[in-house]
Amino acid sequence: MRYLPKSPIERSQMLSAIAARSMEDLFSSIPERFRLRQLLDLPGPCAESEIIQYFKERARENSVGYARFLGAGVYDHLRSVVTDTIIQRGEFLTSYTPYQAEISQGTLQAIFEFQTLMCQLTGQEVANASMWDGSTATAEAVLMAERITQRRRALVARSLHPHYRDVLNTYARSSGLDVVEIPFDTDGAVSQQALQAELGEDLAALVVGSPNFFGVLEQLPVLAQAAHSVGALLIVAIAEGVSLGLVRPPLEADIVALEGQSFGLAPSYGGPFVGVIATREKYVRQMPGRLAGETTDSRGRRGFVLTLVAREQHIRREKATSNICTNQALCALAAAVHLTLLGKDGLGEMALQNLSKAQFALGELLKIPGVARPFGAPFFNEFTLVFPRPVETINRELLTKKIIGPLALEPAYPELPNHALVCVTETTTREEIERFADALDAALAPLEVRA
Amino acid sequence: MKDKITEASRHTSQNEGLIFEKSSPGKRGFDLPRLDVPVVDPAQVLGDNYRREGVVGFPEVSEIEVLRHFTRLSRWNYAIDLGMYPLGSCTMKYNPRVNETIARLEGIATEHPLQPQEVSQGCLKILHLLEQCLAAITGMDALTLQPAAGAQGELTGLLLIRSYLASQGNPRKTVLIPDSAHGTNPATAVIAGYRIQNIPSDSRGQIDVAKLTEVVTEDVAALMITNPSTLGIFEERISEVADILHRKGALLYMDGANMNALAGVARPGDFGVDVMHLNLHKTFSTPHGGGGPGAGPVAMKRILEPFRPIPVLIEKHNGSLALEENRPLSIGRVKAFAGNFGVLVRALAYILAYGPGIRQATEDAVLNANYIRKHLEDVFDLPYNLPSMHEVVFSDHRQKANGISTLDIAKRLIDYGFHPYTTAFPLIVHGAMMIEPTESESKEECDLFIEAMRAIAEEAALDPELVKQAPHTTRVGRLDEVTAARKPILRWVGKG
Repeated sequence: MRYLPKSPIERSQMLSAIAARSMEDLFSSIPERFRLRQLLDLPGPCAESEIIQYFKERARENSVGYARFLGAGVYDHLRSVVTDTIIQRGEFLTSYTPYQAEISQGTLQAIFEFQTLMCQLTGQEVANASMWDGSTATAEAVLMAERITQRRRALVARSLHPHYRDVLNTYARSSGLDVVEIPFDTDGAVSQQALQAELGEDLAALVVGSPNFFGVLEQLPVLAQAAHSVGALLIVAIAEGVSLGLVRPPLEADIVALEGQSFGLAPSYGGPFVGVIATREKYVRQMPGRLAGETTDSRGRRGFVLTLVAREQHIRREKATSNICTNQALCALAAAVHLTLLGKDGLGEMALQNLSKAQFALGELLKIPGVARPFGAPFFNEFTLVFPRPVETINRELLTKKIIGPLALEPAYPELPNHALVCVTETTTREEIERFADALDAALAPLEVRA
Repeated sequence: MKDKITEASRHTSQNEGLIFEKSSPGKRGFDLPRLDVPVVDPAQVLGDNYRREGVVGFPEVSEIEVLRHFTRLSRWNYAIDLGMYPLGSCTMKYNPRVNETIARLEGIATEHPLQPQEVSQGCLKILHLLEQCLAAITGMDALTLQPAAGAQGELTGLLLIRSYLASQGNPRKTVLIPDSAHGTNPATAVIAGYRIQNIPSDSRGQIDVAKLTEVVTEDVAALMITNPSTLGIFEERISEVADILHRKGALLYMDGANMNALAGVARPGDFGVDVMHLNLHKTFSTPHGGGGPGAGPVAMKRILEPFRPIPVLIEKHNGSLALEENRPLSIGRVKAFAGNFGVLVRALAYILAYGPGIRQATEDAVLNANYIRKHLEDVFDLPYNLPSMHEVVFSDHRQKANGISTLDIAKRLIDYGFHPYTTAFPLIVHGAMMIEPTESESKEECDLFIEAMRAIAEEAALDPELVKQAPHTTRVGRLDEVTAARKPILRWVGKG
């Protein structure tokens, strides 16, 4: 086997060195009746070429060659070859968590740079080394707010990503946290009236997405004021990080839960991505996840270490701020390299292209008879439309033209039948947008004629 | 003359600053394609309340500077590609490069988790085959591939137990955890809403069965056990342990962190385990990447299957595969979308490479650990002497006489070209030195490691200061962790 660096002679030399007669001897501590007598029924062994062949065959059964108008928490953005080159360097790819700082300075400094970039991006004072993704970062942000406020009730916007709400509910249920949903208004943003009615001195946090699931930007200063008026924290979840290139950062938030997939990570059927929690300095000791900090060595030279580890499970066990151990380090590195390449101007420009293309797409689609825009609030690169027919039916027709249509909102929002969430990024070409508009027009036309 | 050369080498790769310190206005490392639609005015589209004028502080550097910066940083890291990484409990094995290739294929890396399932059958077949392989390896009935890492696998497993017990009428209150367990176990149990109770190990380092019998009541939901334990020793009475729990209606959870000792040799499903997680970034070779990403699939017995997190992979009547969301008994969703797919893909590629031969990897891993044990047990204290499996735990007891701790020896290993072993864990061994070579090390590499460890033992006796001040060969020496924690500097804020 090509991965195993031993010859049969070396194996027998090593066996005799430890006075074992056979490999079977090595497993003598496993009760005999539990030792497998035959090999497992597994496919393989495969040569490298056969492995590549297998996955190429699977890739062909997926959506290669389709135009796509899906976002909803996973976005197609340009990625530089440089990012992938860096994260494939063995010194990053095949290294462990940097607990041994002297021979992990590369990873530690890169994390420190990532934390800095995340602070600059979100307008917060501290950011951690990564969480598993935006959804778990959001759930853990709520648990963090619970620790800070010592209160056990959270309000969550119904306009927050449904998966994020689900994950939050899973975490909340077992830890006995009370989660109440706040409906959205006719403009697609959090209903201020409903929010006011639920405010109370027992509130730990208000959780909103911005852009929210409908693509709408929430009015964060107003929401912050509401939360702070009762001593609760405002948690802002951001699923589309590129928006921060143009959209005002959530300065009023007490905790930001960010999904960084948009920063150089492939959609990869849903992961691995990179979550981040960013917050104010005064809350750092209640934060989950690893943190890299600057320090000096015995000769006064700058170096970096994992710090404030007394929050973490390997030190504090049941009293830790979270159970997270393995995080998404390599994805965080990719995000750091990607954002460094884009730099100050690049992220803004990328965001502007998203904004421009989304506006163009909206204009084209609204020309189609029967298509309307239900929510009026400002949006970044995703917007909601309402069609005269069920979205699923339309999407089936679009699929025959090699177009993956917008996301139907009805499964997650039964109150929004025929509503669709359209996403357009800098990777969507004008030609694709026009082809989509034509196909949608054609899909809706028969009904219009009949009407 | 000699000094000058040293200076020069420090300049090129050793003195690299922070990327922010290289920034100069107007430089950039990435160009966007020409915009093919009319450009809009953000002030008009977003309104002034929502608008931002650039990200203050973001670096401005060129492509070559970015590439060089991170390449220079990379050289300050140790890596499996450079040599043995004997971290006990971490299973730092070779990360096959073909796995990187296939995870980046168009049609794999490019797929959107919410795209129609008729154009996702390739992804779903990968998940399906991986589920089948992991079921075969663990001897369990059903899988969920959702959890993002081992700790989330633990949480998922405990929530499955909780939902199952609740469906029997009472979720119960307590989870039992041996004192040798990973820190994630108690931290997870608390998030799952359980009180924890520690179970001491007996004098041989095995779970104390008599004590266990005493504490298992109808209040106990589960025991979380690591097998082989963090001492690298198989729990010989494991099926008895399972029986004790089952008699009281409690379940047995197994932390699968040490599955590299068992794959192809024994199956947890056969010795009474009800639910367990696997760390794909350990046993199944997906790269550790400096701390992640990982994946923590959970394997379970039939009784827990109805409670699996959504989405659940199902086979439809027409033979096609689908991710199903409508599962009334489910514990809910533990992570957005469909797991760390890119990690799952790599793990399947690893399994396909071995096939049934995965047993050979396990045998070599155990052989290496025992070979190292044999050649070091005369110079280092072995607190528990039951047979070792994939790792061996020594203590610094003998070196302590000269004031040398496990950490000192670990740091000195760096000078010999190795990554340190795991220090100070498990907690039941004072001054623990936990060594896991994995199957990826040749006899030659094991011999070099043994030589290094023996040389350090000698230094500890003859020249303890040399060991205490180690490492001597790295870019920075031991770092001031106390000040780092007391006055945390967690981001760059510029000069002044």
